[in-house]
Amino acid sequence: MSTATAIVKPVMPERHFLNDNYGIRSWLLTKDHKRIAILYLFSITFFFLIGGVFASLIRLHLLTPNGELFEADTYNKLFTMHGVNMVFFFLIPSVPAVLGNFLVPIMVGTKDLAFPKINLLSWYLYMAGGTFSMAAMVSGGVDSGWTFYAPLSSGYLKTHVIMLAVGVIIAGFSSIFTGLNFIVTVHRMRAPGMTWGRLPLFVWSNYAASLIMILGTPVIAITLILLALERGFHIGIFDPKLGGDPVLFQHMFWFYSHPAVYIMILPGMGVISEIVPCFSRKRVFGYSFVAFSSVAIAVFGFVVWAHHMFVAGISVYSALVFSLLSYAVAIPSAVKVFNWTATMYKGSIEMSTPMLYAMAFIGLFTIGGLTGLFLAALGLDIHIHDTYFVIAHFHYVMVGGMVTAYLGGLHFWWPKITGRMYPEAPAKLAALITFIGFNLTFFPQFILGYMGMPRRYWAYPPEFQVLNVLSSAGASVLAVGFLLPLLYFAWSLKYGEVAGNNPWQATGLEWETSSPPPTHNFHEIPIVTKDPYAYGEDAEVTVVH
Amino acid sequence: MQLNFPIFPEQASSMAGQVDALYLFLVLITTFFSLLIAILILYFAIKYRRTPGRQAEQIHGSTLLEIVWTVIPLGISMVIFVWGAVIYYHMERPPANPLEIYGVGKQWMWKFQHPGGQREINTLHVPTGRDVKVTLISQDVIHSFFVPAFRVKQDVLPNRYVFTWFKATQPGTYHLFCSQYCGTKHSGMVGQVVVMTPEDYASWLASGKAEGSLASLGEKAFQQYGCTTCHRPDSGARGPNLEGVYGRPIRLTDNRVVLADDNYIRESILEPNAKVVSGFQSIMPTFRGVVSEDEIIAITEYIKHLSPQQANPLNNRSTPTEIRDSEVPNIQQQNKQQNQQQPAQQTPQGKRPANPSGKKP
Amino acid sequence: MSTSQTTTTDHHPALAHQFDSMEQQQEASTFGMWVFLLTELMMFGGLFTAYLIYRLKYYPAFVAGSTSISVSWGFANTLVLIASSFTMAMTVWAAQNGKRKTQVWLLLATMVLGTAFLGVKAKEYYDKWDECHIPGHVIGKGFNAWGGCSATDKSLGNIAEEIRDPKAHGNPNVTEVSAEQTAKRTEIFFSFYFAMTGLHAFHMVIGLGLLAWLTLRARSGEFGPAYYTPIELGGLYWHFVDIVWIFLFPLLYLISRHQHGV
Repeated sequence: MSTATAIVKPVMPERHFLNDNYGIRSWLLTKDHKRIAILYLFSITFFFLIGGVFASLIRLHLLTPNGELFEADTYNKLFTMHGVNMVFFFLIPSVPAVLGNFLVPIMVGTKDLAFPKINLLSWYLYMAGGTFSMAAMVSGGVDSGWTFYAPLSSGYLKTHVIMLAVGVIIAGFSSIFTGLNFIVTVHRMRAPGMTWGRLPLFVWSNYAASLIMILGTPVIAITLILLALERGFHIGIFDPKLGGDPVLFQHMFWFYSHPAVYIMILPGMGVISEIVPCFSRKRVFGYSFVAFSSVAIAVFGFVVWAHHMFVAGISVYSALVFSLLSYAVAIPSAVKVFNWTATMYKGSIEMSTPMLYAMAFIGLFTIGGLTGLFLAALGLDIHIHDTYFVIAHFHYVMVGGMVTAYLGGLHFWWPKITGRMYPEAPAKLAALITFIGFNLTFFPQFILGYMGMPRRYWAYPPEFQVLNVLSSAGASVLAVGFLLPLLYFAWSLKYGEVAGNNPWQATGLEWETSSPPPTHNFHEIPIVTKDPYAYGEDAEVTVVH
Repeated sequence: MQLNFPIFPEQASSMAGQVDALYLFLVLITTFFSLLIAILILYFAIKYRRTPGRQAEQIHGSTLLEIVWTVIPLGISMVIFVWGAVIYYHMERPPANPLEIYGVGKQWMWKFQHPGGQREINTLHVPTGRDVKVTLISQDVIHSFFVPAFRVKQDVLPNRYVFTWFKATQPGTYHLFCSQYCGTKHSGMVGQVVVMTPEDYASWLASGKAEGSLASLGEKAFQQYGCTTCHRPDSGARGPNLEGVYGRPIRLTDNRVVLADDNYIRESILEPNAKVVSGFQSIMPTFRGVVSEDEIIAITEYIKHLSPQQANPLNNRSTPTEIRDSEVPNIQQQNKQQNQQQPAQQTPQGKRPANPSGKKP
Repeated sequence: MSTSQTTTTDHHPALAHQFDSMEQQQEASTFGMWVFLLTELMMFGGLFTAYLIYRLKYYPAFVAGSTSISVSWGFANTLVLIASSFTMAMTVWAAQNGKRKTQVWLLLATMVLGTAFLGVKAKEYYDKWDECHIPGHVIGKGFNAWGGCSATDKSLGNIAEEIRDPKAHGNPNVTEVSAEQTAKRTEIFFSFYFAMTGLHAFHMVIGLGLLAWLTLRARSGEFGPAYYTPIELGGLYWHFVDIVWIFLFPLLYLISRHQHGV
C-alpha cells in the first residue's frame, strides 16, 4: 500500500472526521476523540500564548535591575499567572490531551476512547477551570506564586487566591478524566493482536502519565480545598498562628506537583520514541527498556517529592532518603536518552523538522536531567535551591524537553490530523530559531542561579544584569520561534500539500488509516501481527475483511 | 551596565570550597555527558544520513548495553549522592561552642540580635574564623535566609526555630537574600552580611549601643511578665524551676521525655498546656499574642544562662534513660542531683545572672 | 476477541459505538469505575492523612472534640448507610434478574435511606451551629473557644467547660487554663470534622442524583440480565461512599472515647 501511494499523488479522502459534520454544535457536542483533541489544541494554544505574554513581560521587566517597568505587586502577579497558565493549563494537558487524545485510540486500534462523553466533559472542565483562572486574572490577578505556599497564600495575600485555586482544582479533574480514559482504553480496548509488548511507546508513556494523573491529582485537589477552606473561613490547618503546620502544606502540595512534572515530560518522551525510529528507519533500540522506564519513572516519581523541601525544615534523615530516591528516578531517564541515541546508530536518518525537534529534545533534556542531579545533591541544593538555577533546570526539562517534544509531535502528526503537509523550510527555520533562542534564554540562568540570584525577584543586584539582559534577548528570539509555527500551520490548512495516509513511511496503526482519519478511525478494525517499529521489513498490518 | 561581570560567586565561608568542588565535579559530569550525547547524535545524523541505496541496519537492542548504561549512571549518581550527603551532614550538625546569633524574619525585613544585646536590621556583622550559629524564626510567613557567598540557606518557619551555621573566612560585605517568596516586597527583603576580622568585630561590638546583654534583656522581660511568680527555685513554686533546665531532658506528665531546647521553651511560653512538666499542674496561661518573638528569644537566652552548666542541647545531651533510671519525680531535684555529681562543669562566673534566692546546688 | 464480536449481543441498543461487544463494554465500564474509585481513595486519603497527623499533634483537643459530637446519631447513621448498601446490592441483583418493579422500589428505598442519612447529618451540623462549634469566624456565631456563644453554660456546648467537667472526663489534672488552651485547638478537629463529613456528604448528594437518574431509567425497563452495567456502577459508587463513612465514623466519633469512660 505504502509503496503504491508513494508514486501516485495522494488525494484527500472524501469523508473524514473534519468534514463528517459541520456547525458549531457538531464541535461543542462532539464525542469524537479527534475533535476533542482539536478543541484542546485551540484551548491550550490560547493559554500558551497568554502564559507566553506573561513570560515576555517578566523578561522585559528584568532587563534592568531596579524594577523600573512594573510595580512589585504586578511583577508578582505576572510570574504567578505565567506559572499557573503554563503548568496547569498548558504543560499538563499539552501532549496527553491533544496528541494523546487524538492518537491513543488510533494507535491501539479502536474506534474511540472508552468513555467519549467523559472525554468531552474533561474538555469542558478544563475550560471551566481556565475560566476561573482567567477571571482571577482579570479581576486583579493573584500573587501567590503557582506553588500557593501557606501561610502566605492562606492568610496574608489580598488577591483572589481562592478563585485561582478553584480553577486549578477543576482543571485537575479534567486531567483525572483524561487519565482514566487512557487507562481503561489501553487495558480493555486494544485491537486484536495488539499485545502489551506491541504497544507503541507513545501509548506506554501516556499510560504511565495517566497513572500519575489519576493517583496524584486528587491529592492536589484536596490540598487546595483545605487551603481554600483555611483562607475562606480563617481556620488553622496550615497557618501556625491557629495551630496549623505550614510544612504539611508543602508535603501535600509536592506529593502531586512533583509527580506532575512526569505527567508533563513522560508523554513528551513518548513523542520522541516515535519520531526517532521513524526518521532513522530503525526499530527502537531496547523497546522493553524504554517502555518499562516510563512506568519506573511514574512509580519512583511518587516517592521523591520532599526533594523540593531540603531547606524547608525537614529532618536530616528524611532529606537523605529523599535525595537517594531522587537519584533512582534519574536512572530510567538516562536509559531512555541512551536508547534513543543508540536507535540512530546505523540508521538511515532524515533530518526533517520532527527529527530536528527530537534531536533538540534529546540534547536539552540531557542537560535538564543532568542539572537535576545538582539539585538532588543535598549539600549543593542548599545553595541553589530557590535560585535561578532551579528556574533554568525546569525550563530545560519543561520547555527544552516538553515544549520541544510537543512541537515535534505536532509537526510529525500534523499531516495525519489535517491531511496536509506543513511547509518544510520555514518549519526547519522555526526549529532552529527555537533552539538558539531557548539556550540563550535559559543557559545564563544557570550561572545566575549559582551566583545566587533568588527566583521571584522583582529587583536584583546590578552585577546580575548582563546575564539577565542575555536571557531577555534570548526570550525575544524564542518568542519568534514559537510564533512562526502558528503562521505556517495556518497557511498549510489551505495551501499545504496533500499528505496521503503515510507521508513519513512510518509504522504504527495511525499511519494505516487515511489522513485525516474517518470518524471511527478505521474502515475495518485492524488485526496486528507485527512488532512495533518493524522498520526495514514488511511492516504492513493486515486488515480483516 | 557592568561589562566586567562575574560568573562565579565569591567564596567567603569554610563551606564554600566544599560546595564548589561538588558543583565543579557536576559541571564536569554534565559537560561530558551532554557533549557525548550531542556529538553522538550529530555524528550519527551526518554519518548515517539518508542516501539512496543504503538501508538502515536493524539492531533490536542489547541487554548488555542496557545494563552498562544503567549501572554507570547509577554508580556516578551514588558518588554524587554520598558527596552531597556528606556536605549536607556537615552543614546540619551544629558546631561546638559557636557564636550564637538570633534572627527574626518578617515581611519584609531581617532582625538580628547578638548575645551582647546589639540589634541590627537587614545587616549582620560577624567575625572571621569563628563558627557562627544563626537561630531563625519568622513572625509571619515562611522566609528563607540565604547568603550566597557562604553557600548557606535555610527556610525560616513561623512556628519553630531552625538554625544554620557558617564560618566566615573572608572579610567583606556580602548579599543576604530572602529566597522563599514571601509577598509583595520579597525582593526587598535583602540585606548584607558584613564579615570583619575578629579585632574589627570586637571594636564594632564595643561601639554598638546595647542596652544590656541579650540575657539581661530576657531577665527584664521575665520579670515584667511575672514569670518569677511561679518559676521560682523554692519547693512551693507552682511552676518548675528553670535553673539548669536548658539542654536537659525533661519528663512530662504523660511520662514522655523531651529535650528542653529553644523550641521546647518557645512552645512552653506560647502553648504551655502542650507539654507539662511532670509533677506540675497545667495552670500557666498562654503568652501567644502577648510576648513578641524577640522577647521569647531574649527569655530563652536568659533561661540558657540560668543553667548551672552550659549545656549544648545536641552535643552534650544526657540521655532520657538517665531520667528513666532515676526515681526522682521532680525535675528540680533531678537537676540538683546531676549538678552535685558534676560540680566541675559550672559556667564561668559573671555570665550567670543573679539567682534570686541565692540557692545553689 | 474478534470472534466475540459476533455474539448475539452485537446489536443491543445500549451498546456504544466504540465497543465491540456488550462484554467489552461492561468490562471497560466496571474497570473505569474502579479506576475512578482509586482516584477518590487518594482524595480522601490525603484528607485522612492530614487528620491523623493533627490528631497525633493535638491529641487532647481531638479527644475533646470527638467527645462533643453525638455518637448515637453517628451510630444511627452508620446503620442507615449499611442498610442502604444492602438495598443497593439487592437492586443490582434485581436488575440482573430482570425484576423491573423490585429494582425501582429498592432504588427508592436506597434513596430514602440516603436522604435520611443527610437529614441526620444536617441535624448534627445544626447542633454544632447551635453550640458554636463551627470553626473560624466567618460563618456561624464564632467558635466558642475564641469567644463565640459567650455563655459558659455547658448546654451551649462550651468546649472548655466540657473538658473540665469531671463527670465527662474524670481527669482531675485539667485546670481552667489548660482546658481553655485545649478548647482552642479543638477548632482544628472541627475543621477536619466538617471537611471530611462535608466531602462525604457531597458525595452522597451526587450519589442521590445518580440514583434518581437510575430510577428513571429502571422504570422504563432499560435494565435486565443483558444490560445492567449502569446499576452495577451506581452500586459500586454507593458502596464506596458507604465504606468511606465506615472509616469516618470510628475516626471522628469513636476512637478516643474510651479515654473518658472511667
